[in-house]
Amino acid sequence: MARKPETDAATGVATTGHEWDGIRELDNPMPSWWLYTFYASIAFALIWMVFYPALPFVRGLLGNTARGDLAAVMATEQAKAAPMLARLRAATPEAISADPELRAYALAGGRIAFANSCAGCHGAGGQGAPGGFPSLADDDWLYGGSFEDIRTTIRHGVRNGEDAEARGTAMPAFLQAGLNMAQISDLADHVLSLASTGPANPAGAALFTDNCAACHGDRGEGNRAVGAPRLNDRIWLYGGDKPSVMRSIAYSRAGVMPAWEGRLDAAVINMLTVYVHALGGGEQ
Amino acid sequence: MPDTCPAPTSLYAAHRKVYPRAVQGRVRRVKWAVLALLLGLYYTVPWLRWDRGPGAPDQAVLVDMAHARLFFFWIELWPQEVYFLTGLLILGAIGLFAATSLFGRIWCGFACPQTVWTDLFLWVERRIEGDRNARMRRDAGPPSRDRTLRRLAKHAAWLAIAAATGGAWVMYFHDAPSLVLHPGSVSLQTWFFFALFTTTTYVLAGFAREQVCTYMCPWPRFQAAMLDQDSLVVTYRDWRGEPRGTPKDPGNGDCVDCSACVQVCPTGVDIREGQQLGCIGCGLCIDACDDIMRKLHRQEGLIGFETLANLAASQAATHELEPGPARLAAGMEARRPPRLLRPRTLMYGGVLALVSAVMLGALLMRETLSLTVLPERAPPFVRLSDGGVRNAYLLKLADKSRDGGRYTLALDGVSGLRLLVQDAATDAAGLPVLPVRGDGVSSFRALVTAGPGLPLKERQPLRFRLLDAAGRPVATESSVFLGPQP
Repeated sequence: MARKPETDAATGVATTGHEWDGIRELDNPMPSWWLYTFYASIAFALIWMVFYPALPFVRGLLGNTARGDLAAVMATEQAKAAPMLARLRAATPEAISADPELRAYALAGGRIAFANSCAGCHGAGGQGAPGGFPSLADDDWLYGGSFEDIRTTIRHGVRNGEDAEARGTAMPAFLQAGLNMAQISDLADHVLSLASTGPANPAGAALFTDNCAACHGDRGEGNRAVGAPRLNDRIWLYGGDKPSVMRSIAYSRAGVMPAWEGRLDAAVINMLTVYVHALGGGEQ
Repeated sequence: MPDTCPAPTSLYAAHRKVYPRAVQGRVRRVKWAVLALLLGLYYTVPWLRWDRGPGAPDQAVLVDMAHARLFFFWIELWPQEVYFLTGLLILGAIGLFAATSLFGRIWCGFACPQTVWTDLFLWVERRIEGDRNARMRRDAGPPSRDRTLRRLAKHAAWLAIAAATGGAWVMYFHDAPSLVLHPGSVSLQTWFFFALFTTTTYVLAGFAREQVCTYMCPWPRFQAAMLDQDSLVVTYRDWRGEPRGTPKDPGNGDCVDCSACVQVCPTGVDIREGQQLGCIGCGLCIDACDDIMRKLHRQEGLIGFETLANLAASQAATHELEPGPARLAAGMEARRPPRLLRPRTLMYGGVLALVSAVMLGALLMRETLSLTVLPERAPPFVRLSDGGVRNAYLLKLADKSRDGGRYTLALDGVSGLRLLVQDAATDAAGLPVLPVRGDGVSSFRALVTAGPGLPLKERQPLRFRLLDAAGRPVATESSVFLGPQP
């Protein structure tokens, strides 16, 4: 093991014996205060462990935890927000929207609540999704686009079977209700012609009057009271091509939305109402 | 075979206290002037006032962390303009490189805060405890009432300076007069930074001193890369001084080995050993040696600011000559004026000029009102019931002035597009009027609608123009209108 110590010729300093490509490391001593600083930081680390929760499952002497810090911050923020939320709870969405301060707060809060509770189906910007999740950013409403209509839909949901006041009725599946596929094809042609996207079909028109007009209206203008969508526009909940329309007629389709009353605070529902109304399709 | 290695020693070097002696001379006068200028700026700048109108701080130089603003006289910077600070740091770094390649470690020796405050603390120490010899004698002697009192007085004075330093530091982040008038209302954070900078000043300038330069600071480790044969560095002219010894012996050079240069050195090095990490280039040894040379009626400049190229030239010209006036004359004759224009310094100068020009241009062309248009991407466009298409945009108007105002928004691009800004009134021509608040960002949501039948491409360029009351465009921003594939 006897390593022969060497001395660097230029400086007269001993080397450590380490060599890299002919370059040798000089063994210059460190100042002793550097060593003491190192010891002091070890001592500080031990003190830190005792006072701060640095070890798992052991509480620091000062008792503070990151979770506790978070809870304290959340409590402070909730206390700060409480007066505003009380005002938002008490006011109607219309009144909120008329007050610039409340509207700004509701739009900001509604955006977050929307991302939490609504974006899963309706998309991050309320753009909807194919397969029965309606866009909330367009100018078409199944159940009405006024503040009160929107709030009612949010509170009670759609065809959820849990809320007596839920929106919507079911459309029959016409393949089982007496129509055959040829008739359904004629009907689909007529439905597309209502929106001026297909040629007229007189047989389909007669079938429409008998089977569909009661809910969807003579010219397909829809009926918000039962949630029968407007058919004479360019917005299609389940697709606007003929196979999609035929499938809707033959087998019926009906979307479902939960009731948010009881799940969300009334202030949050009001903020959501104002936010959804402002997405682009709000009606008076 | 003889073992030539030194006996094993401790891995850790004991601290050897440096007792720098007072010195007078040209370099010292320059150092005092630099010290007075830098410390004067540091302590007084927070007290300068600059009227910015009601609601705005009237401190000329202020970093307002709470409101995320940086005030510098007539300039008010927002956090997103931190690149100005980056530019300053780049200028500082390149300037440091350029100065070092030209004049050696003048930053270390003259302008570094560690040097400046250590100089001030040393001055206090000398006033209270006396010069080098008195201090060494007192430290080595037995404890006495006199020594204790002097030490107490010295530390009290140091702490007072340190507190003023820490206090001035927090004043750059907090209104200076209210800090002094109402210290009770100051936040815990401010007190923390006051204590931090007080402590570091006291410890670094009072105790750590040259240890900072030799062990802590990374700059001495790599500043050698900036130096070359033509950099002016503090140098002992060994061709003139050697061999050292008594002036009575005519065979000796000019150095009388009086060790004055070592005694005045703030880092305790011997400049006669050549270029070394411990030398901060302060030049006090020049003053000390010149003083001795004058007393001996010899020419000054045995130690001086000299290039290594000149040193080698003098060496070559004199190595066969005996000490005496002839050798001195030959050595001085061989010197050439330092080459200031070298590829290295020209490159540093070029980068300095470039960065300065870019920063100046950015500052002069800086707009106080900016419009940002963010098209909504979810959804990219909305199909309307009549077959039309609508896009939504988030408009952000940042007004860096404190005035605010009302601006009209106009849309360029395809005719037939309808522009609507939510929560904004419209003027007589039907254009949206946006109320913009000063010193802040105002957000608006704009809806642009294309009616059915409008021939549109999938991507249609658009331009939003912000007009002032007189109809002049104050800001424009391009964006795009998206639609279905035609």
